[in-house]
Order: sequence, then structure tokens, then C-alpha cells
Amino acid sequence: MSITKPKFLADVDRRKFLEKGMSLGALTLLTGCDISDNDVVQGMFARVSRWNNFVQKSLFSRTRLAPEYPESMAVKNFRYNTWYHYDQSPVISGSDYRLELAGLIADKRPWTVPQLYALPQKSQVTRHVCVEGWSMIGKWTGTPLSVFLNRVGADLTAKYVGFVCADGYYESIDMPTALHPQTIMAFKLSDEILPTEFGFPFKIRIPTKLGFKQPKFVTAIYVTNRNPGGFWVDRGYNWFSGT
Amino acid sequence: MKRAKPHPSTHDIQEHPGAVRLAHWLQALAIIVMIGSGWRIYNSVPIFGDYRFPIWATLGGDPAISKIAHMDPGVANALNWHFTGMWLLLGSYLLFLLHGLISGHFWRDLLPLRPREILRDFIAAATGRLAHRLGEYNAVQRFAYWGVLFAVFMMFVTGLAIWKPVQLSWLTWLCGGYPTARVLHFIFMACICVFIVVHVALVILVPKTMLAMVFGRAAEPKNVHH
Repeated sequence: MSITKPKFLADVDRRKFLEKGMSLGALTLLTGCDISDNDVVQGMFARVSRWNNFVQKSLFSRTRLAPEYPESMAVKNFRYNTWYHYDQSPVISGSDYRLELAGLIADKRPWTVPQLYALPQKSQVTRHVCVEGWSMIGKWTGTPLSVFLNRVGADLTAKYVGFVCADGYYESIDMPTALHPQTIMAFKLSDEILPTEFGFPFKIRIPTKLGFKQPKFVTAIYVTNRNPGGFWVDRGYNWFSGT
Repeated sequence: MKRAKPHPSTHDIQEHPGAVRLAHWLQALAIIVMIGSGWRIYNSVPIFGDYRFPIWATLGGDPAISKIAHMDPGVANALNWHFTGMWLLLGSYLLFLLHGLISGHFWRDLLPLRPREILRDFIAAATGRLAHRLGEYNAVQRFAYWGVLFAVFMMFVTGLAIWKPVQLSWLTWLCGGYPTARVLHFIFMACICVFIVVHVALVILVPKTMLAMVFGRAAEPKNVHH
């Protein structure tokens, strides 16, 4: 018996071809709905996400600054964007508040709001980019996180800085980003003390990262060598999320 | 019935080497993943008014589960698809480009590109007078293939501009700034969609081109016009 080559000359029935093609398309559409919801695909995502962390870390430069804009371009009414309604925001008493410090930090004494606000401050007019695609230019004022970390004697050779927030949120960033000159503990937005829903007494403003990497209502900062993850990161978003 | 082996003197023959077929199908898969997940990401904050893509046409898992389990409209999965698919697209696109440049396929089959011929063939095609010969691209096809290669290139450019507006701020600036880069990313996606619709429609009209892209070779007797 001879093996016949594929029948290149065979007449393809157009109708059959269409039918087969259509049903294949329909099949992908039907299964497309939950093709992401299985362990194999999620395992692949986790591996690719780690690779993307590495790529972004390599692309990041400690001296490359995010573009700054003229103050006239700063939006006055900044967009509120959290998973809960703004009237659910945690109301923090400026007199009772204490910022806790933990991990690889020499001086772990808690900080009060007046102590924090007495730190040297500078302003930036930068673009806030949300992972969902919207973006907004705003003016933030506060202390470079590097100044604070130096002041409390943090181990700057450690890998991560973690943040805990009053609303149950938590986040973490790499040390190079924490020491970037534009990474600040922002006390003010549009020249006014942060309103409750924007993170009073302060938020971490990082123009080199997406919006969700910038925690509000920070109640604790810790330095560690173990990746602490993050609220959205643990729900599937990329950890580095640099811009 | 036994048929004679197709010969260039009696048949129009279309051949695609393995590298082209592999690159073609990987790009096809990657583009479907990129568009499906891109539409889901787009839906979270639409650019054009309130227009959103139907969920069934998007990629990113069951939105109801994501919403209930993590207060997330399925964007996490969509982003994961997008930032996984981009590597597949990059790899297969580069394979296609390198092969086309090195093998001479681009110069041999996709050139020349003359506006007058494109217009002539376009009018002929629109009025149904353009004959299709297997293994030979008319001026409109040549233009369309360069066009889609350029559109995918621009998807990388605008995509990088959106992904890295700080580290690659010069690129974002070239794209007209972050919000404009986002719109451009959408526009080039739409161009690719138009290409796909026409491309698939023509394959349905001339199914043998599909055989060539799957098995590597297809032939038909000369002077058979579609």
C-alpha cells in the first residue's frame, strides 16, 4: 500500500469548510468564558508575571524621573477610585494616629502626625496612571520615602518595603523604587492636607508605578526580604506594576 | 480518480515554508488573545463614551466569579492574558519578519508596492473583476500584508508607550502623550480587526489558501478564476 500525499487537489467543499470553521469559532467563544479559570492557566500567568517583574525591574532606573508638568495642568478635583464607596473610608483621628514601624528598621518608635508633617517636604506635579487605563495629573506634596527610611535607620539593602493601611489594604514595593527621588509620603493633594477619602494622614505617591501600588491611610511601614505581596497583587495583578 | 501531480506549467501553486506557517498560526493565536483580553481591559474604563465590548467576545474568565471573589471585574485575568500574549506575539512576529527578510519572501512576494496598482486592483476587486491566482498576491493584498505588519508594529509601539510612560517617556511623548497613545493603541487594534475580517472572508472564498497555510502547499489547474 502506498502512502498518498495530502490531497492538495481535493476540492474543498466551501459549505463544509464554512460550517466547520463556524463551529470551531463558536466553540472557542463558548469555552472562552472560563478558559482563564483553571490551575494550569493560572500557573502559567504566575510564571509569566514573575518574568514580567524581572523585565520591569531591569527597565527601571533609580535616576530616571517621571515627567513633571506645569502646575496649571494639575487636576483640582482628583478622581476617587477604590473598591468601596468613599463614605466608607476610614476616618483617622490626627491626634490618636501612630505610624508603626517594623522589620529591618533600627528605630521602630511610632510616629505621630505632627512629627510626620514636620519632615522636609517637596512637591511634584506628575501623572497618576491607573491599571484600568485612566490617568490624571495631580500635585502631591510630601517627604521622600528615602529621607524617612534613612531617618529611621532602615536596612536599605533589604529587598522590600511593605505598607499596611487602615482600610484593610496592603501593598509592597521593591527597595530601588522606595529610594527613588519621586517616591514620597504624600501629605497633601492639590496643596491641601489629604482629605479622608484620599488617604489621611498620608498616602505613598509613586509616579513610577501604577495607581494601585500607592497605598492610602498608611498605618504601618515595614522593611523585609520576603515579598509581602499586595491587596490586588494577591488577586492576580502584576506585583512590580511599574510605569 | 487518480489525478496528475500538479506542475507549475499546468497549475497555480501556493507554498508556505514551515517557519511561515508556524509564525502565521502563532501570530493568529496571539492576536486573538491580545484582542480578546484587550477588549476586557478596555471595558473597565471605555475610551469612547459608554461603549463596551460584549463580555462573550472578551477574554478574562468569568466576571461574576471575579466580582464575587475579589471585587474585580475580571481585569486581572485579562491583564494576565494580555501580558502573556504579548510575548507570544513578539516572538512569532519577529520570527515572521526575520524569515521574510532573510528568505527574500518579502521582496519576492510582497513587492512592488505602487499606489497606482493598488488603486487599480482595489477598484477591480470592489467591482468583482479581480481574478485570484493561487500563489500570487495582487497589489491590494501586498498592501494589506504590509499594512497589517505595520499595524502590529504600531501595537507594540503604542502598547509600550502605555505600559511604560515613565521608563520609556520619550516613546509616550512620540505617541502624543499617555491618553493619546491609548487611543492610538485602540485605532491600530481596529485596523487589525478590519484586516482579519477581510482576510478570513477571502479565505472562505478561496479555501485552498487555507490548505496551503496548514499543509504547506496547495495547487489548482491554471485559468480557474474565482
